[in-house]
Amino acid sequence: MKTFKDSGHLFRLAAVFLVGLVGFLVLRSFLVPHSFGRYGHYRADAIPEIAATPISYAGHQVCETCHSDILEVKSKGVHKGVACESCHGPQAKHADDPASVQPAKLDTAVLCVRCHQASIAKPKSFPQVDAAEHSGGAACNTCHQPHSPALTGGSQ
Amino acid sequence: MNITRRQLLVLLPAAAIAWEHVLAGTPEASPNYNMSEHWWGMLMDITKCIGCGSCARACQMENHVPDGYYRTWVERYQVADWESETPTVDSPDGGKNGYPPPKKLGGKNFFVPKMCNHCADSPCTQVCPVGATFVSPDGVVLVDQKYCVGCRYCVQACPYGCRFLNPQTQTANKCTLCYHRITKGLTTACCEVCPTGTRQLADLKNPNDPIHEFLKTHSVQVLKPHLATKSKCFYYGLDGSVR
Repeated sequence: MKTFKDSGHLFRLAAVFLVGLVGFLVLRSFLVPHSFGRYGHYRADAIPEIAATPISYAGHQVCETCHSDILEVKSKGVHKGVACESCHGPQAKHADDPASVQPAKLDTAVLCVRCHQASIAKPKSFPQVDAAEHSGGAACNTCHQPHSPALTGGSQ
Repeated sequence: MNITRRQLLVLLPAAAIAWEHVLAGTPEASPNYNMSEHWWGMLMDITKCIGCGSCARACQMENHVPDGYYRTWVERYQVADWESETPTVDSPDGGKNGYPPPKKLGGKNFFVPKMCNHCADSPCTQVCPVGATFVSPDGVVLVDQKYCVGCRYCVQACPYGCRFLNPQTQTANKCTLCYHRITKGLTTACCEVCPTGTRQLADLKNPNDPIHEFLKTHSVQVLKPHLATKSKCFYYGLDGSVR
């Protein structure tokens, strides 16, 4: 037993290591978030946190539940594929509280031109006009009906 | 305790099912949304893009993106005749307010909407030193805003230039594929407002999604395929000059 004559030192050293290890594990359990590593090297709880962000755009299905009259006009025209909020902007607040939050009135002279201003980079099949030459800056809804833009007149 | 062979045969599958539950962890916040049933991507039919910038504007409003930063933007390309290696590209304010007439006329002109490609093998998540960015189990590259230390490694690593450091929070920010919308059954803000159907959200795990028929019948390309990032942003009608 000569080899281990001072084995007491080793036991003390082992005890120090053990205390250190336990301390590390205790500290780690406090510092590493509970959900870290559930799906990978990240905090799994971040996923439902990101998913819980409130929305701003209600989606056209929500608009159509109340504005079925507009949907009917729109579904017959070339703008049937254009969602309500493409032009009217985010309306989730209006959808939540239709009485007190009213959508802003739109300026068609600005709005229509965003899509329909003539540009060489646009697909040839897309209807385009040089707005200044076409109407001299007049509001488009003087002649066109935005929800179904045939040349009928009106300001729907 | 004695267990007969018959009892063991009943017990083993039961134990296996119980263990599955342990591995699956706690259920998610959205009750009707199961991450394992989805694998999200995006289709960009750039033959339809008119450069209206609706997507970039909607993205900014939906996700409160600070001015001068973009989670999605639209580039205008001008390729002079055969010089496809050196196209002229501009994207004034991300295309949110339209484009001035090109300086030179002629050549080939078109628009390309850009955004995070939600790569399955994303370079940006691999470089994060703290595990703040990751590919979610449904294939969306997300940033944990509470865990990000703002070191900008991911901003440099993204080969598509889709990340930025939010000056307000000093954390990395990027397209979340409107994760707060798609988990509620809505489409992304950019897809919602796209007037021409250029952008289409695609669920690659949903066999009924029209994306599968489209991919089967069209010549589709991803950006920088040589980087093998397994991009899930599929472009139809993409010109070779697009970088």
